[in-house]
Amino acid sequence: MKDDLLELLWRGLLETLYMVLWSSLFALLLGMALGVVLVVTEKGGLLQAPRLHKVISTVINSVRSLPFIILIVLLLPLARFVVGTTLGPTAAIVALSIGAAPFLGRIIENSLKEVSVGKIEAARAMGANASTIIFRVMIPEALPALIRSMTIGIIGIVEFTAIAGAIGAGGLGSLAIRFGYQRFREDVLLSTVILIIVLVQVIQWTGDTVAGRIERKRTRFE
Amino acid sequence: MIAIRNLSKSYKTPKGAVTALDNINLEIQKGDIFGIIGFSGAGKSTLIRCLNRLEEPDQGAIEIEGRLITQCTPAELQQARQKIGMIFQHFNLFDSKTVFQNVAFPLKVAGHPEAHIQRRVREILELVQLQDKEKAYPFQLSGGQKQRVGIARALVNEPDVLLSDEATSALDPQTTYSILELLKEINRELNLTIILITHELDVLQHICRNMAVIEHGRIVETGPVDKFFLNPESDTARRFVKIIEYYREQRIVMEGVGAGI
Repeated sequence: MKDDLLELLWRGLLETLYMVLWSSLFALLLGMALGVVLVVTEKGGLLQAPRLHKVISTVINSVRSLPFIILIVLLLPLARFVVGTTLGPTAAIVALSIGAAPFLGRIIENSLKEVSVGKIEAARAMGANASTIIFRVMIPEALPALIRSMTIGIIGIVEFTAIAGAIGAGGLGSLAIRFGYQRFREDVLLSTVILIIVLVQVIQWTGDTVAGRIERKRTRFE
Repeated sequence: MIAIRNLSKSYKTPKGAVTALDNINLEIQKGDIFGIIGFSGAGKSTLIRCLNRLEEPDQGAIEIEGRLITQCTPAELQQARQKIGMIFQHFNLFDSKTVFQNVAFPLKVAGHPEAHIQRRVREILELVQLQDKEKAYPFQLSGGQKQRVGIARALVNEPDVLLSDEATSALDPQTTYSILELLKEINRELNLTIILITHELDVLQHICRNMAVIEHGRIVETGPVDKFFLNPESDTARRFVKIIEYYREQRIVMEGVGAGI
């Protein structure tokens, strides 16, 4: 074991966490907005607008059909415009957020769709307006499913950060490529892989725990 | 009073338009318990859902306590709906909310102050005898208890009318009976108009004073409930009464005269 290993890993891990945290935040916000809009604009939805639905849906499908590494390259000018550079973790956050948002939008849409039509109808029958129904009925009712979807989404972002590392984003993915692959440092390669596995496990465990707690609270018998 | 005038509604399907409601005319007096009965697909559910415009009628007018529901703008409709209570076959409670929060929801929507909400929710939970369940979640309740929460939620904002969309169809006979007794009591105490749709004759017989028979989207018979059983005029009514008589005879054979239904 070379003595720079721990320092390399520590820096890589911090960069990865930094990217995952911020991109998750932005992608979740964007994805939530997309998911809600998809559900309510659907035919028969709360604020139905089938044409708008179609347009958003097509854009999401298009972005999702690009391999992520190509999407990053396409978004380089935007990253330069927003953060002034195309290199480093901060620049990667732009691409990561935009790249992950459509996927999150889709899985959030699916979670929200699970809320039964009857509950939404009951809220309409009480005279609730659209925003009350979205924020006080649909989202709370779907919360455990939403948290599970978001967990999948955040793990997807971890995966994306590793890919972004290959083209200058930094983080654990970059370590694995630059040291593990290009400089034959197997110790680095192996350690980064283990760290990424642990990171994904922690995220999955956290998501499961939070969703499970909410479900148990709602279904527990006294 | 509730008046329905020349109400029509059709659905577009790939095979062409299907008429769900065909020129419905009805008047329901304040304080009445009015039953609408029909076989599946007759249009009874569409009719009751048109009353608060969960379904948009194609034509006609609906008036509830002087307010023309069919003329309301979206904002006015939200206001009007706050005074129309509705209960459902599958209860449609919010699983993410406790009994208390479910019942408080319509009051929050109507913008009442917190102190009023606290007092009013407790009051109505006492009326439906669920005061000890306010912290429970819907999953923790039996079907009958769920429907009691549904009733409390529908009544908490003091509506002018209660619409019941097959509210007892998912319940066992004993629970049905207790829910009907509760509705009767509420009607008596609050002089609340109740409109219910059902395919269960027992329900009609047990609590309704007046009724209408709906067949292929048309009202074919209307009047006091007694008349329906003594002198059924429409085809649907005769079929319903025949079914009852059939079972009555079966039971007489099996259990001796006087067993009744």
